[in-house]
Amino acid sequence: MERNYRKLWWQHCLAIIGFSVIPLLIVNYSLYKLFDRIYTEKVMDSLRSEVENRRDSIDLFFRERIAQLYTIANTNTFQQMTDEGYLNRIFEIMHAKSDSYMDIGVIDNEGRHLAYVGPYYEMLKQVNYKNEFWFNAVKANGLYISDIFMGFRKVPHFIIAVMVREKNTSWILRVTINLKNIDDIVQKAWAGTLSDAFIVNKKNVLQTRPRFGGNFLEVPAFPEYMSDSLKSHPYPDYSATVATKLERVTYSGMDAFFAAVPIDSTKWILVIKENPDEILTPLAKGQHWMLLLTAAGLAIIATGAALFTNTLINRIKETDRENDTNSDMLLQANKMIALSKMAAGIAHEVNNPLASIAEKAGWLKDLLAEEDIAGSANFAEFNESVDKIEQHVARARKIIHNLLGFARRMEPAKEKINVNNLLDETAGFLENEARYVNIRIDKQYEDNVPVITSDLSQIQQVVLNLLNNAIDAIGHDGTVTVSSHYHEKTSEVEINVADTGKGIAENDLNKIFDPFFTTKEVGKGTGLGLSISYSIIEKLGGKMKVQSKVGKGTVFTILLPKH
Amino acid sequence: MDTLRVLIVDDEDDFRETIVKRLNARKIQSEGAASGVKALEVLKDKDFDVIVLDVKMPDMDGIETLRHIKKLKPETEVIMLTGHASVEFGLKGMQLGAFDYVMKPAPLNELLDTIGQAYNKKRGLIH
Ligand SMILES: Nc1ncnc2c1ncn2[C@@H]1O[C@H](COP(=O)(O)OP(=O)(O)O)[C@@H](O)[C@H]1O
Repeated sequence: MERNYRKLWWQHCLAIIGFSVIPLLIVNYSLYKLFDRIYTEKVMDSLRSEVENRRDSIDLFFRERIAQLYTIANTNTFQQMTDEGYLNRIFEIMHAKSDSYMDIGVIDNEGRHLAYVGPYYEMLKQVNYKNEFWFNAVKANGLYISDIFMGFRKVPHFIIAVMVREKNTSWILRVTINLKNIDDIVQKAWAGTLSDAFIVNKKNVLQTRPRFGGNFLEVPAFPEYMSDSLKSHPYPDYSATVATKLERVTYSGMDAFFAAVPIDSTKWILVIKENPDEILTPLAKGQHWMLLLTAAGLAIIATGAALFTNTLINRIKETDRENDTNSDMLLQANKMIALSKMAAGIAHEVNNPLASIAEKAGWLKDLLAEEDIAGSANFAEFNESVDKIEQHVARARKIIHNLLGFARRMEPAKEKINVNNLLDETAGFLENEARYVNIRIDKQYEDNVPVITSDLSQIQQVVLNLLNNAIDAIGHDGTVTVSSHYHEKTSEVEINVADTGKGIAENDLNKIFDPFFTTKEVGKGTGLGLSISYSIIEKLGGKMKVQSKVGKGTVFTILLPKH
Repeated sequence: MDTLRVLIVDDEDDFRETIVKRLNARKIQSEGAASGVKALEVLKDKDFDVIVLDVKMPDMDGIETLRHIKKLKPETEVIMLTGHASVEFGLKGMQLGAFDYVMKPAPLNELLDTIGQAYNKKRGLIH
């Protein structure tokens, strides 16, 4: 049975790859996940400290302003402050320390703008703030920080107002603060090329101008540039954040880390956005390397599996080939055993009737020898018939003896044989017959062929058979070469019988040792010669081989052990 | 000179009877027995010089019969008739005291020769 080596190859190869690749992938994947988690945690941590540091800076800014306002309000009287010359001096001192102040005003309990220093004097001096929201808020809380607004100035700004109690009345000191300082602080958080930072109020309205996501007083949104339009996706709403919040947000084409933290001194929320691609670059690099290493590992495994499988399959093929040869030989041996049993059975069954026929014929002959019958008219006919019967019985007996000889399971004799002499003698039997059809028997014996221990008559029978076959194959005009050779290494004697005959068809080569295989006409060949020869040589511990080329000739080779 | 007395033991009737006839025609006083058991019965009453014994017979085979014969009449010569060209049986018979073995079917001349030799041997022993 022919094995499917291709299928076997694939099965084996895939099994090896499977068993090595799966653990490799599992290990790599879990390492990657672990690395990813740890790294992301670290990134988050740094993002947290970043956002909290910024928050602290902003907070500090506000606290300083508020403290300054309180100091000014409490160290100066309402009387002094309503004097615009005095107020102007104070404003100059404040301005010298920080250019964030845009103007300063003093408002009384009734909302009247009693003193003002700043660029919009004409416009603001007359304003009554009594009905303004912030006026009431500062009266209620003592402190008010506004959201951003553009106001008349068309510059984003906000106000801080503090209420001061003096005797039985109260007044309000209000400053307008330029956003620039806060913007500066916030913009310091634009670390990467894609990161962003901004402040929103409780209504999710932008208080600073983000790098990408919108403008003052808008809802922060992420712009998406499409081929024909600009679409913007709102950022997540962090206006209700009460404690530091960190998250990764992925939706509609956006993937971002957000960190949000409320600013204590105001009602604002600071938001930092980071692009994962940027801050996770080392992770991406790690991922890249891991993929590369995994791919290299896979390549090595695949190559190794293929090479290993190749070696294995070749070994299996070799073993199979050996097994095939062995089973061929076993088959031949079994055939011979079955055949010899059958031959013995047939010989025995045929033998008894044959013996009776022979005796009856003999008896007839005895009777014919008696004189009174000798005179009869048909005496000659009787006599001839009986002779013929005896003759054919003799022929049948010979066939049966041959068969029995084949079936005989005798221990082969062990005698000392000079192989060259044996060949010479055996060839001698046929020399006359061969000369008659103009076939030369060429002898090429090597002198170093040793004396071997084997069965002389059986070897002789085999050689005789080979010579007969060779002469038959030639028919007439040709050469039969008988040669001997000694293989010192293996202690084997080689006998070759080569002819220049018609050769053996390739199809027949593996059949010629089969019992009853013959190409000779009925009555001429029995098809037993070679199968008997084969079994004899095998029993003697030797080997028999054939090589043939149609039209060129045939060589039969016998190898016999020296002992 | 005593006449040569031969017993042919073979289960094949045609063979046995014809041989007996042919031997008798040659002035050899012979008888047949169809089996080993019958042969032993005949031997109780009569003596023979040579017994020709087929190796393969039903009931009691040639080797078994030979053992009994050699116990009963040790001086009688026995020739084994082997249907198998199995030399083993012939050799085994000879180990058990048979004179020789002849392969069946053998020409009568061959058998006569062997019988003659066996008879000579026996006479040599007696006289
Ligand atoms: N020397 C040879 N050259 C060609 N054919 C051969 C030779 N020897 C044997 N054969 C072939 O092998 C067959 C079997 O040979 P063998 O077993 O000796 O039986 P037989 O000779 O009775 O046919 C032959 O019939 C013949 O076809």
